[in-house]
Amino acid sequence: METLEPLIAEHPFFRDLPREYIHLITGCASNVRFDAGQYLFREEDEANQFYLIRQGKIAVEVFTPQQGRLLIQTMGAGEVLGWSWLVPPYKWRFDSRAIELTRAISMDGKCLRAKCEDDPRLGYELFKRFSAIIAERLHATRLQMLDIYGTSE
Amino acid sequence: MVTFIYFNYMITENNNSFLRIEREDLQGLIEALAESGYRVIGPTVRDGAIVYDEVEKLDDLPAGWTDEQQPGSYRLKRRDDRALFGFNVGPHSWKKFLHPPNLRLFQAKRNDKGFEISNDNQPAPDLVFLGVRACELHAIAIQDKVFINGPYVDSVYGERREKAFVVAVNCGQAGGTCFCTSMKTGPRAESGFDIALTEVIETDQHYFVAEAGSERGVEILEKTRTRKADESEKKKAVEIVEFAASRMGRNLDTTGIKELLYRNHDHPRWEDVASRCLTCANCTMACPTCFCTTVEDTTDLTGDHAERWRRWDSCFTTDFSYIHGGSMRVSVKSRYRQWMTHKLAAWIDQFGTSGCVGCGRCITWCPAGIDITEEAAAIRKNELQRENKEQQDGNA
Amino acid sequence: MNDPMMPSIWRIKNYRTETADTFTIDLVNEHGQDGMTGMHFQPGQFNMLYLFGAGESAISISGDPRNKDVLTHTVRAVGTVTRALARLKRGDVIGVRGPYGSPWPVVEAIGNDVLIVAGGIGLAPLRPVIYHLIAEREKYGKVTLLYGARSPVDILFRQELEKWRGRFDMQVEATVDNARQGQTWHGNAGVVTGLIPRAGFDPSQTTVMICGPELMMRFTIIELQKRGIEEDAIHVSMERNMKCAIGLCGHCQLGPEFICKNGPVFRFDRIRDSFRKREI
Repeated sequence: METLEPLIAEHPFFRDLPREYIHLITGCASNVRFDAGQYLFREEDEANQFYLIRQGKIAVEVFTPQQGRLLIQTMGAGEVLGWSWLVPPYKWRFDSRAIELTRAISMDGKCLRAKCEDDPRLGYELFKRFSAIIAERLHATRLQMLDIYGTSE
Repeated sequence: MVTFIYFNYMITENNNSFLRIEREDLQGLIEALAESGYRVIGPTVRDGAIVYDEVEKLDDLPAGWTDEQQPGSYRLKRRDDRALFGFNVGPHSWKKFLHPPNLRLFQAKRNDKGFEISNDNQPAPDLVFLGVRACELHAIAIQDKVFINGPYVDSVYGERREKAFVVAVNCGQAGGTCFCTSMKTGPRAESGFDIALTEVIETDQHYFVAEAGSERGVEILEKTRTRKADESEKKKAVEIVEFAASRMGRNLDTTGIKELLYRNHDHPRWEDVASRCLTCANCTMACPTCFCTTVEDTTDLTGDHAERWRRWDSCFTTDFSYIHGGSMRVSVKSRYRQWMTHKLAAWIDQFGTSGCVGCGRCITWCPAGIDITEEAAAIRKNELQRENKEQQDGNA
Repeated sequence: MNDPMMPSIWRIKNYRTETADTFTIDLVNEHGQDGMTGMHFQPGQFNMLYLFGAGESAISISGDPRNKDVLTHTVRAVGTVTRALARLKRGDVIGVRGPYGSPWPVVEAIGNDVLIVAGGIGLAPLRPVIYHLIAEREKYGKVTLLYGARSPVDILFRQELEKWRGRFDMQVEATVDNARQGQTWHGNAGVVTGLIPRAGFDPSQTTVMICGPELMMRFTIIELQKRGIEEDAIHVSMERNMKCAIGLCGHCQLGPEFICKNGPVFRFDRIRDSFRKREI
């Protein structure tokens, strides 16, 4: 797995993470690819990983009985998908599907959680980075909820 | 093509001679103006107030009347003399003659190609404004900046303004809501008139000291029975205005007022005044400088004829700031704040002058007696306390 | 002197439905000067459109400033006048007066990267800028258009966006708040501010032009400032009630500014104080 270390280090999500931590978490990483249309995960699946997207585009969707798949977010290179692995009961709340050929690094959540328990400083560093992402997604969600382009009627 | 030349008022040594006109000879001045083709508009008593309307003879003027003004209160009272201008300002201002409250902008008629638009503006009437106070001269000068000194000219205003013959009258008294000295707009008429009068009443004589401010003012005075005013008469006229200046009913501290209001957008006083303000828009209608208008479109029953009208509007309505989705100023607080901040602050950025002339109409005609000078002082006072407190904290 | 409140008569040459509530009209002036049937205007300017008996509405010009043959407006039917305008058809006539207002800084932007952020109908007043940039492409650095809409069917000028996206000399990213199954959409989902990290620009050499709902502009400015864009490089187009369009009716005031004559396009640092005050 040594070859993944530089890829992880250059991903924006892990920018400026100390070298020893990069090395440590590389042990939880694996290289993955998804063809267009392929699901990364589905709602209610166990959430045991997150993805550093390197290339391609993935969609976050929710299935509604009347409207079918509802697309709520897309993500591309440089972005991070998934934080359900951080929070019990570690289940995905949405579907995720590759829209085009996507290459990513999959980080094993169980493995990472264990490393975080062992080294709370690493844990705190990861939680800081994820809380920024969670906050950003929450802001975005609120804006979407406001339907700012819609008419007020 | 209308050429706009407004400030052809000139004060030169030759014209600056002061004349004495006996009270009864003022009739001659009105007649001279009428003979020159003018309709004379002046103060007259109607419905318990002194308003501006057509006057033909001295008896039409409010002879022997005065007005008592306080926040939310206006009363006419008898004077113990026969003064023709022994009062201050009433609910009307000259703006209704220069900036009509209702104006048809155009008519549209359907035709075989769709429709056509025509503008049937009548030529402006030749009006004399008789009895214009110093604050009102300043109000007119302020509206000049709005309507004719910007990139776009309101030609209706411009034409009326160019034609209007202005007879100013200096104030011999100050009303309970007057604060022209604070705004540096009075009580003496300094410029912007064709003729200026000061009414002098003594036990045995009653006359006017007149001065011409323009060529046409000189011409009219030549047609009026006058004699040269002597030094004591001129001195008397000056003293009368000085007396008025010493009797201001109100005071407004304008030091740094623009910055004061801009930085106090969230001052609690706005909530306080909002609890009293009825958003009735009286202040904006009575104000001699408020210029906002809206438009209304109408069609007749056949649907073949449409008109577009312009009407005075007020920033105190929620409709005023409505855009699809809602009004920008929903709270009463925001609407009072807009009016006062515009008047005393934003106006300075927009037109290089305050929008307030200290005439006191907004105070007198407010049914809740809201006093712009008191509101400004309240904001200043609280802010001063805050600054003092910071200073004390700093020293501690 | 022409009375600035008098419209001239223009005929609808083309009417196109853009989205469920938005349409575009091409107008010609049969009595135009020098045989010109269009209008000279600068990107960002607007006209007052008068509909017989119904009234006027301020509508930005959405066409190509180089096109002297037609005058193009894209209108969203949300008010009394605009809903009535939506019912017009080819051959009908309306009144037009203008153009009014300040332009986008296409001249000041020469030599810079240009970042355009548009939301909803806000793309309409920016389209003349895009036409201009394409026509004089060599004068500008990187050109990026970020566009946010409610859903794929609400995307304005979709074919043109796709055409621009296909150019090698500009980056075009569109995003929707959400997309339903069956709505053909291969673009992004999420808020328009989420696209900003993908835009390539040099913060010290970029001119930004933003038009959309005020809330969207507010959040966009915050995102841009995080990325080192200075306030004086940001330009926004503001909207307020307008009756006269010439600074005389008082309706469109925003603090000391009259949106109609000092705006609608403002350099952000010049209106920052008013922009952040509530109910101003």
